[in-house]
Amino acid sequence: MSRKYKSRIEQCFAALRGERAALIAYLTGGFPGVTACLEIASRLISQADMLELGIPFSDPVMDGPVIQETSRLSLERGCGVEECLGLAAELRRGTEKPLLLMSYYNPVFRYGLEGFAAAARASGVDGVIVPDLPPEEMDEWGKTASKHGLDTPLFISPNTPQERIRIISEKASGFLYCVTTMGVTGLRPTLDSGLSSLIARARSCARLPLAVGVGVSSPQQCGEAGKMADGVIVGSAFMRAALDALERGESPAAMVEHLAWRMRRSLEEILPQTGEFTI
Amino acid sequence: MINYQQPDGQGHFGEFGGRFVPETLMPPLLELEKAYLEAREDESFGMELERLLRDYAGRPTPLYEAKRLSAALGGVRIFLKREDLCHTGSHKINNTLGQALLTKRMGKRRIIAETGAGQHGVATATAAALLGLECDIYMGEEDMRRQALNVFRMELLGARVIGVSSGSRTLKDAINESLRDWVSSVGQTHYCIGSVVGPHPFPMMVRDFQSVIGREAREQLEEKGLPLPDCLVACVGGGSNSMGLFYPFIHEPVRKVGVEAGGTGSQPGEHGSTLCYGEIGVLHGAKSYLLQDERGQVMATHSVSAGLDYPGVGPEHAHFKERGLAEYVNVSDEEALEAAAELSRREGIIPALESAHALAYAIKLAREMGRGSSILVCLSGRGDKDVEIMRERLRGEKSVENSESLSNSSLTKMLSRSARDV
Repeated sequence: MSRKYKSRIEQCFAALRGERAALIAYLTGGFPGVTACLEIASRLISQADMLELGIPFSDPVMDGPVIQETSRLSLERGCGVEECLGLAAELRRGTEKPLLLMSYYNPVFRYGLEGFAAAARASGVDGVIVPDLPPEEMDEWGKTASKHGLDTPLFISPNTPQERIRIISEKASGFLYCVTTMGVTGLRPTLDSGLSSLIARARSCARLPLAVGVGVSSPQQCGEAGKMADGVIVGSAFMRAALDALERGESPAAMVEHLAWRMRRSLEEILPQTGEFTI
Repeated sequence: MINYQQPDGQGHFGEFGGRFVPETLMPPLLELEKAYLEAREDESFGMELERLLRDYAGRPTPLYEAKRLSAALGGVRIFLKREDLCHTGSHKINNTLGQALLTKRMGKRRIIAETGAGQHGVATATAAALLGLECDIYMGEEDMRRQALNVFRMELLGARVIGVSSGSRTLKDAINESLRDWVSSVGQTHYCIGSVVGPHPFPMMVRDFQSVIGREAREQLEEKGLPLPDCLVACVGGGSNSMGLFYPFIHEPVRKVGVEAGGTGSQPGEHGSTLCYGEIGVLHGAKSYLLQDERGQVMATHSVSAGLDYPGVGPEHAHFKERGLAEYVNVSDEEALEAAAELSRREGIIPALESAHALAYAIKLAREMGRGSSILVCLSGRGDKDVEIMRERLRGEKSVENSESLSNSSLTKMLSRSARDV
């Protein structure tokens, strides 16, 4: 999508280009409570390059046990779209880094696409990720989002055929979300060996930055993924660390910040192969 | 006559349906659609399915006129399409045999399914055993507790039953978990959805497999020299038996009534009346009506009948409602229980509580309609699985922990009354 200005997301990738992959940290909005979430988010964004705030949903079919659990806890505390927009607005006061919202489609649809996009923009949000909105169904949202200057990253996965990757990359903006493996979010012992071939296929036809996500569980895996891609998305690992800290009666924010620091270090220690994305 | 050509090429029934799924599921859904459309045109596939439905599942099922019930209701003729007489005890086998054959045709070796009360799970495990497929069934832990016998039945058939402990631990969550499994296993696995729900092509495909109900009913009416009925009545949870009955009558000026679970009231959490009380939303891969709160979170549901205890509904039903092609109503737990008792006593048929919802509404209609008119009810399943809960509720005998009893209810009174007048 061509625009006169560069979005914060585009600027972020452009600034890191040739240096290292961007670290995109996911956090379930409202977990483990709105105030505590704001503290975790602030500490995460101090280490990461972008923050993805997940709006909790009652039926997160793309998520494994960890994010199911954080979503449940967040919903129990009454958190939803409004609270996540509030969190984004609060975070925006303290940072110029890109903020994304992640939401299953129903809460967005129920809020109203136009109203949601306008409110997200007003809260300083730069992009919205909707995991259950494939290109076939995204036209209305795509138009609305772009009218409000929001990027909409779309997913590709190891089983996405080449021609689909091309179509998806034309409809996506911000970056392409490359799913490492066939499966839901969660922790895995190793990165899927098929990842490099997906990245290679995406590079051959997509002009957007490529961010790798789903299953990136450790700093070591983060570093490996960062060698191939322009960005690495880490979610369940942070949420697991926060849940563990809570269980031990420790500060989840400190735990998560330390892990984010290690994740970022893993990206700084390697020289990435930069693709031909143009922004 | 209306013009009806649904869904469109992207699986939309008007504004409903579609495919709202993670990208990982898009290629397999496209592959499934292609495989299904090819199979549908392939005469040998159709013949094989027809053979299994006849020789194995016991089709055609009878179209039975419930004369004693009719007489008690003032003379409106009531016909029952006896899907309860299908192998495994419900209409679910019509769909699982179709999808299991398709699984083989696609070269996949494993089949997974969700189940609420266990009817679809048993039907899937049965089809898997017949065709030599590996089979895993997801079932909410709450439902496993309520339907322990069906769990064993599936295991006996060689399936593995996987308990789901997330969310409300019922049907909705079993579907979530099946989708999560499918995202990870899609290369070798087919997800056999049990109703006209989910992403395209499932609502279309399940409708087509279940349409044997309505097609057969039409043929049987014709054979008996009977005119089309004035009204078709069927229960709606996800909506597969009702769609299977209604669809072959789509071009006919026959009133079509879908009956939802009215539960114990109209407040959130008290019912499963998605089309009566829900609003448009997206769940389990399709846009349809949905029981949700103002934040777009899916709400808890209740029904005495596990098969109707679901916050969504098939997108084609949403389209029917929007176009006025069918009407949707509900009846309460208690009315369904009364209807189940009534049919048992009057006709010697113990219906599933799902089907008893349709029956309860047909009884109401019969009282309003004039002598000489006729109603065709889909008796979608047999009541054996519900005998325990009927005993608790109708006689006030509590044998399962954690359930409310209605010991002094109108039901108990009605039972003693009907015992007298029989």
